[in-house]
Amino acid sequence: MSARERHADAVATGGAPLRVCQNVALSIDKLDFEAELMSLAPVKEPVSRRPAAVPSLATERLRLEDVSVFYGAKPAVKNVSLSIHRGEVLALIGPSGCGKTTLLRTLNRLTELTPSASHSGRILLDGEDIDELVDTELRARVSMVFQQPNPFPMSIFDNVAFALREQSRRRPRRGELEQPVMQALLRAGLHAEVQSELDRSALRLSGGQQQRLCIARAIAMRPEILLMDEPCSALDPRSTSVIEDLIVQLRDDLAIVIVTHNLQQARRVADRVAFMYLGDLVEVGETEEIFTAPCEKQTREYIAGVFG
Amino acid sequence: MASAESLSARRLEAPRHRRGRRSSLRSWRLRDQVMFVLAWTVGLGLCLVAATFVVFYAVEGIRYLHPSLLFTHPAPAVTQSQSGGFLDPIEGTVILAALGIAIALPVAVTAAVWAVEYGRPRALARIVESSIEIIAGTPDIVLAIFGLALFQLGVFAPFSMGEPGGAYGRSFLAAGAIMSLVALPSVYTATRNGLIATPRQLREASYALGKTHIATIRRVVLPAVRRDIATGSTLGLGRIIGDTAIVLVLLGGTLRIQTESSTPVLGLFRGVGSTLTSFIYDYSPSGDGNQPQKAYAAAFILLLMVLILNWLVGRIARIGGPPLHEERRLGA
Repeated sequence: MSARERHADAVATGGAPLRVCQNVALSIDKLDFEAELMSLAPVKEPVSRRPAAVPSLATERLRLEDVSVFYGAKPAVKNVSLSIHRGEVLALIGPSGCGKTTLLRTLNRLTELTPSASHSGRILLDGEDIDELVDTELRARVSMVFQQPNPFPMSIFDNVAFALREQSRRRPRRGELEQPVMQALLRAGLHAEVQSELDRSALRLSGGQQQRLCIARAIAMRPEILLMDEPCSALDPRSTSVIEDLIVQLRDDLAIVIVTHNLQQARRVADRVAFMYLGDLVEVGETEEIFTAPCEKQTREYIAGVFG
Repeated sequence: MASAESLSARRLEAPRHRRGRRSSLRSWRLRDQVMFVLAWTVGLGLCLVAATFVVFYAVEGIRYLHPSLLFTHPAPAVTQSQSGGFLDPIEGTVILAALGIAIALPVAVTAAVWAVEYGRPRALARIVESSIEIIAGTPDIVLAIFGLALFQLGVFAPFSMGEPGGAYGRSFLAAGAIMSLVALPSVYTATRNGLIATPRQLREASYALGKTHIATIRRVVLPAVRRDIATGSTLGLGRIIGDTAIVLVLLGGTLRIQTESSTPVLGLFRGVGSTLTSFIYDYSPSGDGNQPQKAYAAAFILLLMVLILNWLVGRIARIGGPPLHEERRLGA
C-alpha cells in the first residue's frame, strides 16, 4: 500500500463517523422529533409519561365481580374483582402463566374461542353483564390489540376500514369511510407515514408500524375500552416508545387495560397497576404506590426482581 | 474533512469466503458417505430423466411441428399432408379445462371452508374428507364410464345430444362435469391446507373487532388463502389437460368439434369434440390414425401447456410478498 493510499484510507476512516452523524441528523429531520429524542435520551429512572394531573376516576366502565376463569377444571384466574374507569390505563403485571392474558381475553369473551374455557362471576360493561351482550357487539365496544402485530393481508386503508365496514347491512362506500379512517390513523400516529401509500399492502410495513396500524384498526370503531396484550413485546425500543406515547394520548377517550411483562413500561404508562400471581389478584393500586410502597410481600418481591 | 473520492475509495467489499472451515466428507461415517453420494446420484438422475424427456419431445415436436398445424382443422385422411392440423383439439382442451375448473373451483372451496371452519358434526366432516379421498383415488377411466352411464339417463338428455329413448351421453358438459372431479381434490386439498395454516392471530384479530365467523371467513380468511386456491386450481387444470380416458369416453372423440345446434354457447357445450390427449392417442401407433409424427407434434404442444401451467403455479405462490404463514417482516 503506498503512502498516498494509506493517507486516503486514514482520511476515509476519519470521515466515516461524520457521515453517520449526517445520516442521523437527516433522519431526525424526517421523523417525529420528539420520539427521536425520547429514544436517544439515556433513561435511568423510568420517566413517567403521564401528565401530572390524575384524571377523574368518576366513570366506571368495566367492573369485574368475583371473576374466575377455568380451562377445563383447572382455574387460571381466581376470584378477581376489579373496576376500570374511563380515562385511565390499568396495567396487569405478574410472572408468566399467572393469568394476565386469560383475564384480558375474558373481558371481550375471546376466551370463548377456546372450547374448554369457561368463566364464573360477573363482568359488567357500563352496568350490563357482558354475557348478555351479543358477542360481536361486545367486541366492537371492547376492542383488542395483540402481542404480535397481526394486520390483515389487505391494503392499509382496508385494514382500518375493516371494522367500520359491515356494521350495517349496506356496505359503505370508500368516500364515506375516508374521514373515520384518516381520523383513526391520525390518532394512532401513523397518518404522516402512510398517507401517500394507503393502498399498499399492510404486510409491507415495519413491525412498529404494523402494530400502530393494529391500534388504528382497533380504535376506528370508537370502542369504550381498549385491551392490549403485551403490545410492545415484539417491537424495538423506538417503536415501543412511540406506542407508549400513544397509549397515554389515547387514554383520554378510552379506558385501557394493558398486559405487560415490562415493569418499567407499566410504570411509565399506567395510572393503576394490578399485580397477579398464580391466578390470584394480589394487589391493585395507584402506580406509584405499587412501585414504591406495595402492601403485599409478593408484590414487593416481584417488583424487586426476586422472582419473575 | 473527508472528500467524496476518498470515501468511495474505501468502498466495502464482500469477502470471497463466506463460510468457515467445515468437516470434510472423508471424516464422515461410511453410512453417511453412502447416503450423501446416493442423494446426489438420485437427484441428478431424475434431472436427467426429465431432461431426456423434454429434449426428445422438443426435437421430435419441432421437427414435425409447423405453425399452420396450430390453425387448421384436422381431417380424416391417411396421408400426413392431408390430415390437417390440430386446431380443434387445442380448442377442445381449453374449453374442457375451463368448464371443469369452473365447476370444481366453487365446489372445492366451499367444501374446504365448511370442513375446516365448521366441520360439525365431526362424523360428517370425516365423511366429506374421505369422499374426496375416494374421488382422488378413483382411476379416471372408472369415473369416465360411470359418467357415461349417468349422462345417458333420460334426465340428463339436455346435457348432450338427445336421442329417442335416452341420451347420447357424450358432450363437453358431460366430460366437463366428470373432469371437475379430477380437479376437485387438488383445489380442495390446497384450500384446506391454506385454511389450516392461516394463523390463529389473524382470525382473533377479526373477532376482536366484533366480526362474526362468516364475515371473518369472507373478508379475512379467504383473501389470505387466495394464493393456495390459485395454486390448487392450476394443479387441477394440469390434471384436466392431461387426462385421456374421460375425453375418449365422454367427449365423443370426434376429430372436429361438432356443435349440437347453432345456439351459441349451449350448442357447443352439448356438442362433442376432442382434446390434445385424445388426438395424440388417435394418431399414435395404437390409435386409428397411426400418424406418429402428428402425435409427437401435438404431444410437444401439450407438454408446453403443462410446463407453462407448472411455471404459473410457482409464480402464483410468489405474488404479493411472502405467504402469511411464513415469517413476517419485522423491524424497519
